[in-house]
Amino acid sequence: MWDRNQMAARAAQELQDGWYVNLGIGIPTLVSNYIPEGIEVTLQSENGMLGMGPFPIDGEEDADLINAGKQTITELPQTAYFDSAQSFAMIRGGKIAMAILGAMEVAENGDLANWMIPGKLVKGMGGAMDLVAGVGRVVVVMDHTNKHGVSKLLKECTLPLTGKGVVDRIITNLGVLDVVEGGLKIVELADGVTESDLRAATEATLVD
Amino acid sequence: MKKTYGSAAEALDGLLHDGMFIAAGGFGLCGIPELLLDAIKDAGTKDLTFASNNAGVDDFGIGILLQTRQVKKMISSYVGENAEFMRQYLSGELELEFNPQGTLAERMRAGGAGIPGFFTKTGVGTVIAEGKMEKQFPTGPDGAMEDYIMEEGIFADLAIVKAWKADETGNLVFRKTARNFNVPAATCGKICVAEVEEIVPTGSLDPDAIHLPGIYVHRIIQGDHEKRIEQRTVREA
Repeated sequence: MWDRNQMAARAAQELQDGWYVNLGIGIPTLVSNYIPEGIEVTLQSENGMLGMGPFPIDGEEDADLINAGKQTITELPQTAYFDSAQSFAMIRGGKIAMAILGAMEVAENGDLANWMIPGKLVKGMGGAMDLVAGVGRVVVVMDHTNKHGVSKLLKECTLPLTGKGVVDRIITNLGVLDVVEGGLKIVELADGVTESDLRAATEATLVD
Repeated sequence: MKKTYGSAAEALDGLLHDGMFIAAGGFGLCGIPELLLDAIKDAGTKDLTFASNNAGVDDFGIGILLQTRQVKKMISSYVGENAEFMRQYLSGELELEFNPQGTLAERMRAGGAGIPGFFTKTGVGTVIAEGKMEKQFPTGPDGAMEDYIMEEGIFADLAIVKAWKADETGNLVFRKTARNFNVPAATCGKICVAEVEEIVPTGSLDPDAIHLPGIYVHRIIQGDHEKRIEQRTVREA
């Protein structure tokens, strides 16, 4: 089974040289620690920045320089700033090659739910709906099951959707799956995980 | 015509009325018009509708106007981090219209650009699409038809924004990620009031480096900003 960092490291293998990429909050943020040697990617932060750098060292925080998770960050030599309309123009316009996001549920047809639990969690979708509708490729990184052991890879989502048929690939603690015609296809198994382990933890239809 | 004013209260004089619609810049607590929000609190204007990406925190930003029950409705993409907001929303005291973040930004940009409606893929097949006009366009691979929904431009009574520097004619320059919603918000108000850290003499800003031309900005004030950090994250030196 993969831990959070191993999942992030596996997700980093999805990156290609020259890509502009948006990383979501949580495990996706860790992906930036594992960008493969020789691959140059530019991270977009949807609050208005390309070329996002690491956290600042203590004492160098700048209130005017935050990421979409509202955390203090730094700039890089190639950094460019822009306004929110411009930021989502490049997202909606398909200029961002890939988004790596967390999720609450993914359905076998690629439906994604990651923004709302009715009656419980009412925070808002932020930029997630725009990202999944606009970027070239959507990769979800999440635990395979919830804390009660119930599959998060479902035949149909039960929560309000973030996007319909938008997910391309799912990386979980148990392995890697692609959304294909008719269901999900196992691409890779995590270390020490058998195909029957993964099948047992998956509600969605698995196809060969 | 003189655009510079001595204080936030003076700059807002004659512009506020109960039930008005205000577009505000800022992302989280970054680049929010904190001085103008304070002045609106002091003015006591009620039943306000705000188009603003976020709602501040309990004691800063739009949060201070929630404490005083001056807000009737929020149009936002994300309202976490604000307990009082949650309480008022769940008890039905406050209306909330969630907009996807890019849709909100584009609604402001469109309103400012005289575009009353536009089509977007964002939100197709979700609750956001409910009740909205749908149309297909041949934007898919090999001209395949794809679904779009219509969203409306925002036309606000007033825009309040925060910039880094202004000249006396209202040309604005922003700093780093504090630009965010301030540009689209500024354009979609009938009147725009900007608060800045420094008003510099006209002629001292590089005309090639103006982020928002003064045509969009009607009143300007300079003041001291708290610029609170929401999440201080650092790494080992």
